[in-house]
Amino acid sequence: MASIWEYANPRKFMATSAALLPWTAGVAALCLVTGLVWGFFFTPDDFRQGSTVKIIYVHVPSAIMAINAWLMMLVASLIWVIRRHHVSALAAKAAAPVGMVFTLIALATGALWGQPMWGTWWEWDPRLTSFLILFLFYLGYMALWEAIDNPDSAADLTAVLCLVGSVFAVISRYALLFWNQGLHQGATLSLDREQNIANVFWYPLVITLAGFGFLFIALVLYRTQTEIRARRLKALIAQERMA
Amino acid sequence: MPDLGTYALPVLSSYAVSLGLLIAVIIASVWKARRVRAQLENVENRRGRSA
Repeated sequence: MASIWEYANPRKFMATSAALLPWTAGVAALCLVTGLVWGFFFTPDDFRQGSTVKIIYVHVPSAIMAINAWLMMLVASLIWVIRRHHVSALAAKAAAPVGMVFTLIALATGALWGQPMWGTWWEWDPRLTSFLILFLFYLGYMALWEAIDNPDSAADLTAVLCLVGSVFAVISRYALLFWNQGLHQGATLSLDREQNIANVFWYPLVITLAGFGFLFIALVLYRTQTEIRARRLKALIAQERMA
Repeated sequence: MPDLGTYALPVLSSYAVSLGLLIAVIIASVWKARRVRAQLENVENRRGRSA
């Protein structure tokens, strides 16, 4: 059986990701179209939230993926720090803008839902605040990559930033359990049947969540390929200058 | 089109913002990939000619 570390070889990664990319992108498109069309057109209004319940099909998957994207970056950064595999550092770099977009979608759709339901666009609630800080960490992480010319130094420093930001990724997910206060309700998806949302909302939501997940994988594979090429380009230009 | 009642604006805005941002990150990724690939091919061709 092939070792996972084989994919630290850029050539192996490029070949494998090229084969996987059409499938992940295709499954993402299929799940997103199915889940969003089902959720938007064919689910009823909630007895309390009215038609605003349809916002969960974009808000919940983006919020879950915003946190998972950061945790993926953490794992990739730790692999870089411990084993010095360039592909893992570049994968973390590639994931950041995608995670940032998911965080922004979660914040924007949360505000759009909050105004009619809570009567306010924003509240300094533990979960909302930790999510805003996570968004700022995404911006800082991306800015740090751009600010440092040496790619290995950039990978080292961004890995440290990623480690620190992970605190807020965890807090974003468990803020309600930690403080048990604020406006934000509990988990929408739960293994507890009493807490979980009704099946009529659950099925399209899970399909949309799968769509967001596969979209994230497809974009990270695609963007990592670009980062590998950009790194090679930089090395070739540096060689030309030296010659 | 479902009847969204008084909440039509927040619901439609949420979908517009979400789809807009998702499309934007996809377009930005494709645009950067094409630019980097073209630059790399350019440099590799140049080195191939000079070798």
